Amino acid sequence: MSLAVEHLFFRYGARANGLGAFSLHDVSVALARGSLTGVLGPNGCGKTTLLKLLSGVLRPQAGTVALDGRAMGSLSRREIARHIAVVPQETHPAFDYLVLDMVLMGRHPHLGPFALEGPDDLRMAREALVATGTHQLQARPYMTLSGGEKQRVVIASALVQAPDVLLLDEPTASLDLGYQLEIASLLARLNRERGVTMVLATHDLNLAASLCDTLVLMRGGHVLAQGPTGEVLTDAAIRQLYDVDADVRFHERAGHLTVVPVRRVP
Amino acid sequence: MTTAATAAPRVRIEQRPIRARLALTVGVCGSLALVTCLLAPLAGSTSISLARVFDRSIPFTENVDAQIFFVARMPRVLAGAVVGAALAAAGVVLQALLRNPLATPFTLGVSAGSALGAILAIAAGLAATLGPFSPVPLASLAGAFVAATIVYALATRPGRPISTSVLLLAGVSLNSVFSALILFVQYMADFAETYRTVRWLMGDLDVGSFAPILGALPLLAAAFAIFATLPSSLNLLSVGAESAATRGVDVARAQRLAFLSTSLATGAAVSLAGPIGFVGIVVPHLVRLIAGVDHRILLPAAALFGAAFLVACDLVARTVLAPVEIPVGIVTAMLGGPFFLWLLVRKG
Repeated sequence: MSLAVEHLFFRYGARANGLGAFSLHDVSVALARGSLTGVLGPNGCGKTTLLKLLSGVLRPQAGTVALDGRAMGSLSRREIARHIAVVPQETHPAFDYLVLDMVLMGRHPHLGPFALEGPDDLRMAREALVATGTHQLQARPYMTLSGGEKQRVVIASALVQAPDVLLLDEPTASLDLGYQLEIASLLARLNRERGVTMVLATHDLNLAASLCDTLVLMRGGHVLAQGPTGEVLTDAAIRQLYDVDADVRFHERAGHLTVVPVRRVP
Repeated sequence: MTTAATAAPRVRIEQRPIRARLALTVGVCGSLALVTCLLAPLAGSTSISLARVFDRSIPFTENVDAQIFFVARMPRVLAGAVVGAALAAAGVVLQALLRNPLATPFTLGVSAGSALGAILAIAAGLAATLGPFSPVPLASLAGAFVAATIVYALATRPGRPISTSVLLLAGVSLNSVFSALILFVQYMADFAETYRTVRWLMGDLDVGSFAPILGALPLLAAAFAIFATLPSSLNLLSVGAESAATRGVDVARAQRLAFLSTSLATGAAVSLAGPIGFVGIVVPHLVRLIAGVDHRILLPAAALFGAAFLVACDLVARTVLAPVEIPVGIVTAMLGGPFFLWLLVRKG
């Protein structure tokens, strides 16, 4: 499915004096069906806000968000959730759910109001647990897992939602190098095999360079640039985005662009 | 997939299909509630036999055992069952709504408002009955309604999810205000009235007849009808409001329904029996330890277990110092307080 935002304006806690309010200004982004888009930018640039607008959790004050051409505002939460799944930065349940319970909750938008999950739902949950390498954890309480295990369980839960679009906020932030690569290859495989359209907000420039076919660069609530990764990810763009002097080079063995930050520039 | 299937560990009780777990848990808790409700009326100052109670060969007018069972003792047992079920279920729902395992049905000030209403009616010396209703429960319901309206107005913004931290703080503040007002009314009232208000605040299931239970029944039925729609939303809400929204829960609607239903249940229960403490926090935690945290199982199981728990506590209250009957609120708190402390220490 495709997802498009046009001329989006959004501000938190709109106040007359404009103080303390963070806003997005005139953001337009088109996410083609099956694309894998990275959203890059410094802390507080609006990445997470953009993801929340894309998932319909926040409603824009002006502009449109459209899922396959249908206005997001006209869809129920349930309808949206059947197509769009979200992996948030962190998940803290208030009670001690087991891993399998957490994953099965992803089936919620597909079940009727009083329906309990059946064998098919259980099969999908087991598949997602295997796909994320967490099947041996299924009977463990979620709260006893390590950060990386939790993140993979939350991704499994998003997978059983059978989404057409997957929005991920810092999916590898709490993972060690090995799991970063594993999650990256999992996401690439899901994108390739199931045609899931993906958007990931990340600070990991090398992950974005290896994984994403399209990049959106944001700063201060504006989109600075967007386009194919090879064209957008340049020394000049990194300097403009982070005030950092960096070397962007093609890495022969990795087979993608790599970014080596050199120093902060004023 | 095949590797996973062969490597899967032996199925533990938590991993049985939800249908089987639901049937098992509700069956066990339901039987417990039923047996407690049938056996509790047998105990008391006069001993009666269950066989004689249900002996159809003796006409009811001549069957003293049946009269004691149904007329003298059953109203109190039924009141215990509905109040226990309402408070335990309201506790489960509020703990999920507030994402706080320490929340109770009395956290949001509804019961304090309800108590203030009742105490004003007692202190004003309202004794005349209005048709089938007596003024104290009615004033108590009115107080619950006022308190719920104030907290709701403070914590909600149109079309937005409820701010649970504002809801919690507003409830706690309102609790203090109403408690201070209750003390003020007690201070100003004369000795006899103050004694009556203190007795009311201890919580007591001695309802006298079936009429007060029937009066509270419509509100309780409405509350439980809403409870029935909530469990899967409560699971997702306790994971997080935003993640619930992205899984298809209409968060603002679910939160409003949870608040409305718990206010109805708490208001009705308190108007019937006074603020009986600890049922709403002990029972949810006990049942969570046994049946797990899935609200689709936890909510019905806690309601049934709450019914059994309060009827059993009331049995202790009626018999432990017989012929003196102590208010059940004292027994639940004496059993519930230490349990709560144990829980705190264990979690800490």
